[in-house]
Amino acid sequence: MARAVSTKQKSINTAIAGTLGFLMFFPILWILILSFKTEEDAIRAPLEVLFSSGWTLDSFGAVQARSDYFKHFSNSVIISVGSTVLGLLIAIPAAWSMAFVPSRHTKNILMWMLSTKMLPPVGVLVPIYLIFRDTGLLDSRTGLTIVLTLMNLPIIVWMLYTYFKEIPGEILEAARMDGASLREEVLYVLTPMAIPGMASTMLLNIILAWNEAFWTLNLTAAKAAPLTAFIASYSSPEGLFYAKLSAASIMAIAPILIMGWFSQKQLVRGLTFGAVK
Amino acid sequence: MGRITLEKVTKSFGEVEVIPPLDLTIEDGEFAVFVGPSGCGKSTLLRLIAGLEDTTSGHIRIDGEDATDLPPAKRGLAMVFQSYALYPHMSVRKNIAFPMKMAKVPEDEQNRRIEQAAKALNLTDYLDRRPGQLSGGQRQRVAIGRAIVREPAAFLFDEPLSNLDAALRVGMRLEISELHKRLATTMIYVTHDQVEAMTMADKIVVLRAGNIEQVGSPLELYKTPRNTFVAGFIGSPKMNLFEGAEADKLGAHTAGVRPEHIEVGDPASAYWSGTVGVAEHLGSDTFFHIHETGLADTITVRAPGDVDYKHGDRIGLNPRMDMIHKFDQQGLRIQ
Repeated sequence: MARAVSTKQKSINTAIAGTLGFLMFFPILWILILSFKTEEDAIRAPLEVLFSSGWTLDSFGAVQARSDYFKHFSNSVIISVGSTVLGLLIAIPAAWSMAFVPSRHTKNILMWMLSTKMLPPVGVLVPIYLIFRDTGLLDSRTGLTIVLTLMNLPIIVWMLYTYFKEIPGEILEAARMDGASLREEVLYVLTPMAIPGMASTMLLNIILAWNEAFWTLNLTAAKAAPLTAFIASYSSPEGLFYAKLSAASIMAIAPILIMGWFSQKQLVRGLTFGAVK
Repeated sequence: MGRITLEKVTKSFGEVEVIPPLDLTIEDGEFAVFVGPSGCGKSTLLRLIAGLEDTTSGHIRIDGEDATDLPPAKRGLAMVFQSYALYPHMSVRKNIAFPMKMAKVPEDEQNRRIEQAAKALNLTDYLDRRPGQLSGGQRQRVAIGRAIVREPAAFLFDEPLSNLDAALRVGMRLEISELHKRLATTMIYVTHDQVEAMTMADKIVVLRAGNIEQVGSPLELYKTPRNTFVAGFIGSPKMNLFEGAEADKLGAHTAGVRPEHIEVGDPASAYWSGTVGVAEHLGSDTFFHIHETGLADTITVRAPGDVDYKHGDRIGLNPRMDMIHKFDQQGLRIQ
C-alpha cells in the first residue's frame, strides 16, 4: 500500500524542501547578482543591492582586463581532462582485473586505496611540495596533472570497479562459449557494457579536478594557474573586490556547470547504475 | 557428431570436493538431463563439460578427442544460460550473429543462418530489437538461436526455463524437445525440476552431492529406482516411503509405494487405513494427504476424478502389491 500523505502535509513538505533548496542555492544566486553590479553597489545593504542599483557588465570586463581568463581556462581544461584521461588509463586495467580476476587481497587493496583519501591532503603537502620543487614541476601543468591524477585515482578505480562488478559474469562466459578471445571479449562485450559507467566516472572526475583548489592553489603561481587560482586572486592583498570576485567566480564555474547540465542524464544514470534493475 | 565421455572426472574448489571421480557417457544425438537438488553439482558438471571450469583430474572426451584442456570456444559446444546472458547492447540479429562473427563465417552465410534460426524460433519480427525490449520467453529463444547458428556438436542448457512463468515453461519445454527431434543433436540439460527431466529426457542422470545416483531412461527410473533417493526424487507427487513394522512385513527395511499405486476404499476391508487430511483437487485427479496410517506421518494418495472425502474421514488404502518398491538398510533396491 502506498503510504498515505495528506494534501496539507504534502504542501508543508514542499514548502520546507523549497526553502531549504533556496537557502542552499542562495550564495550562488547572490554571487550571480553581485557579478552584475559595480564595486560600490556590491557592498551596499542587500535590499539596496537588489532594488536601487543598476546592472552592469563592467566587472566582467575589468576581470578580463586584469587577468587573462582564457589562459586560466585552458589551464583548467588541460589539467582536469588530462588528469582524468591519465587516471582512466591506469584505472581501467586495475579495476578490470580486480573485478574479474580477484585475488584474496583484492578487498584489502581496494580498502587501502580508499584509505589514502582519508588522509587530509595538507598532511602530504610538504613532501610533495619539496619533490615538485626539486623536479621542477612547481607551477607546471604537467605537475598539476600528475598530482590530480594521483589524488583522484582511488575514486576512479572504485567507481569503475563497482560498474565492472555489475556486469553479469554469465554474459562474459557466454562470449567465451561463443568463441571470443580475451581481446574480443573486452572489445565487443565488456567495453560497450561498461561505457556508461566509464562515461560517468570521466564526467565526475573532470568536475572534481576542475574544482580542486588545494593543490592547484599551493603548487601554482602564474604559468599553470587554473580557474580556481583565478578566483582566489580576487581576495587579494589590495582588498576584497566583491563584484569582481563574483564575476570571476561566475566565469570560473560557468563552463563546468554547463557541461554538468548537459551531461546530467548520463551522470545520474552512471551514479545510480545497477541500483534499479 | 556429439558423443561426450567423462572419465574419472573430479572437481574440487579448494579443499571441498564437489565432484568425486565420475564416469559418464552421453551418446551422439541423445537428450541427457542432469537432475538433482540444488547444490548437487549438476551445474558444475555442465560447466566442466563446457570448459568454463577446469577439471581437477580426469578426462573429458568429445567425439573421442581429449577436450580436457581445450578452452570453451574450441570444444564446439553451445550453451544456453539460466539468465539468457544475451548481449544487452546488441540487437537480436547481432546477438545471434556474434558466435559466427567470432568464427569468421562469411556474411551471406551468417545472414542465411540467422534468417533460418529466426524463422524456426518465431523471432523474425524481433531481429532489430534489443534484448531489453523482449519478453522472457523471447529472450530465451534468442539465446537458443545464438546456440543453434553455431551448429555445435552438442547443446548445453543450464536451467534455461527457471526464470520463466509456469505456462511459458511448458511451452518452451515442448519447443526445446521439438528442436531436439528436428536437429538430432546431442543436448545436455540441467534442471532441478524432475518434471522437466521426465518429460524431455532420453537419459536422466540423477545426481546427489556430486555422485551419480542412477542413470537411465525416465521410465526405468520411475519403475526401478536404484535407491531411496532416486525413488523419492523421481515422480510427482513423491513416492510414499516408510520404515518400521509395515515395511518389515513386506520384507524390506524401507518400502515405497507411489500415490498413483494406492486405491482408496472401505476402511474396514482395506490393507491400510488412515484419516483424510488436506485434499488437493486438480479436476482430473484428487490428491489426498492421509494421516494416522501407522506408515509415515503423511501418505499421499491419488484418486482419479473428483472423489469426495471430507477432512477427518477414515479411509481405506489398498496398495498395488506388484508396485511396491523395497529397499534394504543402505537404501538400495532389493530385486
